[in-house]
Amino acid sequence: MLRFLIRRSLGAVVILLIISAVTFFLFYAVPRDPATLACGKNCTPDALAVIRKNMGIDEPVPVQYFHFMVGIVAGRQFNVGDCPAPCFGYSFANQDPVWQTILDRFPTTVSLTVGGAVVFLTIGLGAGMIAAWKKGTVIDKAFSSMSLVLSSMQIYFIGPLVLALVVYNLELLDQPKYVPLTQDPAGWFMGLLIPWMVVQIIFTANYTRLSRSSMIEQLQEDHVRAARAKGMSGKYVFFRYAWRGSLIPIVTIFGVDLGSLFGGAMITEWTFSLPGLGTLAVNSVQNTDLPMVMGVMLFAATFIILFNIVVDAAYAFIDPRVRLS
Amino acid sequence: MTSTSQAAAAGADTPGPDDPGLSSTRVAKEAELAGRSPGQLMWMRFKRDRTGVISACIVLAFFLIAALAPVISWLYGKDPYTRYGQLRPGLLNENFYPVKPNGGIDGEFWFGLEPGLGRDVFTQLLYGIRNSLALAVIITLLSVLTAIIIGVAGGYFGGKVDYFLGRFTDLMMSFPNQLFFVAFTPVVGALLVDPRDEMPTWLRAGVLVYVMWLLGWMTLARLLRGQTLSLREREFIEAARVAGTPSGRIVRKELLPNLVTPILVQATYMLPNNVTAIAGLSFLGVGLLEPTPDWGRMFAKGAEIYQSDITYMFFPGGAMVIFILAFNLLGDSVRDAFDPKSGR
Repeated sequence: MLRFLIRRSLGAVVILLIISAVTFFLFYAVPRDPATLACGKNCTPDALAVIRKNMGIDEPVPVQYFHFMVGIVAGRQFNVGDCPAPCFGYSFANQDPVWQTILDRFPTTVSLTVGGAVVFLTIGLGAGMIAAWKKGTVIDKAFSSMSLVLSSMQIYFIGPLVLALVVYNLELLDQPKYVPLTQDPAGWFMGLLIPWMVVQIIFTANYTRLSRSSMIEQLQEDHVRAARAKGMSGKYVFFRYAWRGSLIPIVTIFGVDLGSLFGGAMITEWTFSLPGLGTLAVNSVQNTDLPMVMGVMLFAATFIILFNIVVDAAYAFIDPRVRLS
Repeated sequence: MTSTSQAAAAGADTPGPDDPGLSSTRVAKEAELAGRSPGQLMWMRFKRDRTGVISACIVLAFFLIAALAPVISWLYGKDPYTRYGQLRPGLLNENFYPVKPNGGIDGEFWFGLEPGLGRDVFTQLLYGIRNSLALAVIITLLSVLTAIIIGVAGGYFGGKVDYFLGRFTDLMMSFPNQLFFVAFTPVVGALLVDPRDEMPTWLRAGVLVYVMWLLGWMTLARLLRGQTLSLREREFIEAARVAGTPSGRIVRKELLPNLVTPILVQATYMLPNNVTAIAGLSFLGVGLLEPTPDWGRMFAKGAEIYQSDITYMFFPGGAMVIFILAFNLLGDSVRDAFDPKSGR
């Protein structure tokens, strides 16, 4: 297990280095004048001077990249001030430190994605298992067709519709907003309820189908038949034997889906104007705020890669046949 | 592909019971089996699948609408650029919302008027679908082509080639793709055009295609690599190799025909995903820009104005739900037709 973790972490570091280099060189190296690009259309000479100074663009790009990477590990000295250890520089748009902004925005995205994942895993796996349990019945067919229709929905279509219906017409809930969990748990829950329900839509259907087919496959396995033959009750076999096996493909897909979960969170945050990393990314892109985009990009990539390692470890935990070596 | 004749031969090898009725049906079946290519068999199975045929018709209808958008709008007598609401008084009220109920739907403007600019929603949607589908088709084709080259090369040549192509695929897969699209579309654009100038629409579309193609091929490439790896060890490839067939010919004549199934099935999943991804980008404001009609940007507009004019949202939304649903059903049917063993 330890060897696996070390090997995968080293791999993750390599991948992150490559991603950071690609991102950095694309952003800073190729445009004719990155300062002008960063400055955008309404550029004043003052802003241009500040950006030039902050970027250190008098140096060659590899040197800039080196400084950037050293800054992340050891901190960096800027003209505008001291930037402590994980230093991603300062925003071009408002001179805020990038790292602090990301940390401020991160809880919103985590709340949204984790909550959404809990919802779609619960509903998706539950519905899939019920459908597999009642295979061929009306319930199965209803679940299958429902999941087909739901999987064709899009966040940017459903989001405004739900808002119009639930918030403005029926007035059941307030406009979604983010309240820190530590401050007001009830407000946190109520504020994120609509975003959770919307972000899960695109995933639930897939997991319903996946868990149904994987469960049906598992129920035909030899060990399940053996357990039945031993005289164990159908329910016991279903929940203790087949269920565990059916999780294996689901865990794999969950690992693959993390990137799109972040993408879904980005669109959801944008739809409901939640102050998360997604809105931060889109806003920064619109302002051509390169350090911020770079920071969010690296942060999200790190997170997705780390989580993938966790998922792979969980994989071995669920399926003892898998050896991590 | 010899599976059909092999199956028939296997059936002939096992002696059945002496029931004359049974053996005669078997003989009849064998006669029927003979002379049908796998493609024909697939087509037969597909035609029997009613859901598949209906959804194929719907998908075809969408592509027809997209292709014929100029003809349809010519017959309809409007275009997606003219601001009817602003040119003609009485269509929009003082807040620039349609005067008539339900978004201004009437005999003249079938899907109503766009609040604000007062353009015709019907032609906007027509051209929006046209542009989005064109982009999605190009991206899908490019991704499939790349996946075939990289996947088959890795699987067929093995060794170092496979190792490096595999690591490259892994690396590309670990990019957070939607974030990448959002972040890089403006940057790639800025590489080509000075950021202070307007970017021409075709270039903007090109950048979208490029960025999405770059991160669109990995899943299929992996799948094809695995398939090629197992096909490579099969007897018919070995036979071809022993006979001195050059690699290029083996790949074209022996390997690729056996990979048609996964390629087609994956492509039917890829295309609707690309359509929704493009729309998502436009929704976030990094897709095609005004005034080019765009499916996804209609959602952005709809989300802006849903409190006053919810009707506007239903046309792009409904069209997209129908399209994606039909395409997903079609994908399932194609998969079932190619591979009847894999039950749902």
